[in-house]
Amino acid sequence: MKLSLGPVLFYWERRKLLDFYAEMAQLPLDIIYLGETVCAKRRALSLDDWLGLARDLRECGRAELVLSGLTLVEAASELSSLRRLCDNGELLVEANDMGAVQFLHERGRPFVAGPALNLYNAHALAELQDCGMLRWVPPVECSARLLRDCLVQMDMLGRRRPAVEVFAYGHLPLAYSARCFTARARNRAKDDCQFVCQEYPEGIPLLSQEGERLFTLNGIQTMSGQVGNLLPEYPKLSGLGVEVLRLSPRAEGMAEVVRAFDEVRCGALPPLAVDGCNGYWHGKPGMLRVEEVEL
Amino acid sequence: MHLVCPAGSLPALKAALRQGADAVYVGFRDDTNARHFAGLNLDERQLESGLDLVRKAGRQLYVAVNTYAQPDGWIRWQRAVDRAAELGVDALIAADIGVLAYASRRHPDLALHLSVQGSATNPAALEFYRSRYNIRRAVLPRVLSLAQVRQVAERTSVPLEVFAFGSLCIMAEGRCHLSSYVTGESPNLCGVCSPARAVRWEQTPQGLNSRLNGVLIDSYADGEAAGYPTLCKGRFLVDGQRYHALEEPTSLNTLELIPQLAAMGIDAVKIEGRQRSPAYVEQVTHVWRQALDAYRRAPETFAVQSSWRAALGGLSEGSQTTLGAYHRSWQ
Repeated sequence: MKLSLGPVLFYWERRKLLDFYAEMAQLPLDIIYLGETVCAKRRALSLDDWLGLARDLRECGRAELVLSGLTLVEAASELSSLRRLCDNGELLVEANDMGAVQFLHERGRPFVAGPALNLYNAHALAELQDCGMLRWVPPVECSARLLRDCLVQMDMLGRRRPAVEVFAYGHLPLAYSARCFTARARNRAKDDCQFVCQEYPEGIPLLSQEGERLFTLNGIQTMSGQVGNLLPEYPKLSGLGVEVLRLSPRAEGMAEVVRAFDEVRCGALPPLAVDGCNGYWHGKPGMLRVEEVEL
Repeated sequence: MHLVCPAGSLPALKAALRQGADAVYVGFRDDTNARHFAGLNLDERQLESGLDLVRKAGRQLYVAVNTYAQPDGWIRWQRAVDRAAELGVDALIAADIGVLAYASRRHPDLALHLSVQGSATNPAALEFYRSRYNIRRAVLPRVLSLAQVRQVAERTSVPLEVFAFGSLCIMAEGRCHLSSYVTGESPNLCGVCSPARAVRWEQTPQGLNSRLNGVLIDSYADGEAAGYPTLCKGRFLVDGQRYHALEEPTSLNTLELIPQLAAMGIDAVKIEGRQRSPAYVEQVTHVWRQALDAYRRAPETFAVQSSWRAALGGLSEGSQTTLGAYHRSWQ
């Protein structure tokens, strides 16, 4: 089993990003995703900066480096940036929009299909395989059963199974909007956001009126309120043939998270229960925590 | 511009035809479409008579098979596509690339429209669907500003359909899992958002609470107008403030954009609401037919009439309407 570090979904300032990756480079990660997937206005690092960072990381570590593309691509300028990213010529790209798939397919470049692409059956997977998909990150609402069914359906179609990377840890990216909810929370217009999301390195908690943590506001993205954590499910993930577990960056404590997953893959017993949600994996509402004892 | 109207029942379809819809879109009575609500949609017999009425009126019928198929249900999606082709409908509205691939190869004469659930917001994504599946039209998600719609229209050869009126999805369609996070059922996989079976109303001494799978979505003081607890339209706490953190209960209304949309060469405008009553479809179609005809007769002097505005306002969520993402300041 490989461990990957997903793209940073929050908006961190340049120094914080560089320090974060310097720390991550020392950890047993097999794949590191770089790049901005949420908001085109976040430019702490430019494309050249990301590519430079990738070169630095390559020198000091063994991790495969992948560049993730923007998810909600609206303005012509954003599409041009995405085209340049797909044309980078150095790194494998994670496509999070069919526009990126189109660019990469036109250029004959293989790609990772990110969790924002709607691939829920083998017929759809086969389509993207024909376009160059190497690895598949299923949508975060995908259950273990749906994942297994998709792989079995691939077999039935006589197709090679794609490498599967499951979103195993972090706030789940749930929705994308034209509206910036962080700017709205601060009574600012999106066009005058003043990059206020930098003040929230793990987004803004959204609570029900009873104080239940429901969602997390992260600019135009809405994330789960709880952190998803599939570490206790490690044996099942492994049994299903999942090749990569994605750990989605948090502002604090990420090294401990990576080490905890690494220990389990090196043979330690997985914890029986952890904080956070795992409902989707069990085919239930994503916000729920299904305890192992109930299975 | 073509006027595309919803029908969740035969009476609604008749109402849309009566009021001058150029096309009516419907779904089969199962989870293959994004309005899979109890008692909604057309069964086989109703579909056939509906198609007959559409043909006699010289209009068009589209069928939406626009949810995402899962392996254990694949055969149902395949059958839905085959059935639409057998009926000879004027277009199949689909989002899943597996479904689009099947339809384009098995039924090359069946016109395909990319559903809004396909989340295509830019010319490159549209080109993906055009070059691989020969889509003849695409419905744009309700996330683009008017300037962005113009940019897309200028850079794509795919004819475009945009949302004109109805419930306002504030998230990019096909890219929202909020409903499944709370209830286990999502638009992508189940054709529902904030499903009615998960809704619970409770009267308390403090007022009326609306819950979705137990989660408090809103709480209304006595006399305050209460709305359906769609997840993104609840009142929540953010930084200690209680407000509509995502969006207020409101409807999209773009009557005043008709001249701009027409100038961009938009092919069709869509009315949302297959889950709405025949009376609703009748009234909304009536207003939009009048407005489009008025524009066609005299584009230079087109102005939104107050009677149209009043009629649509009365049919809107929370009795308010917005230009939504088309208007940059909304974002």
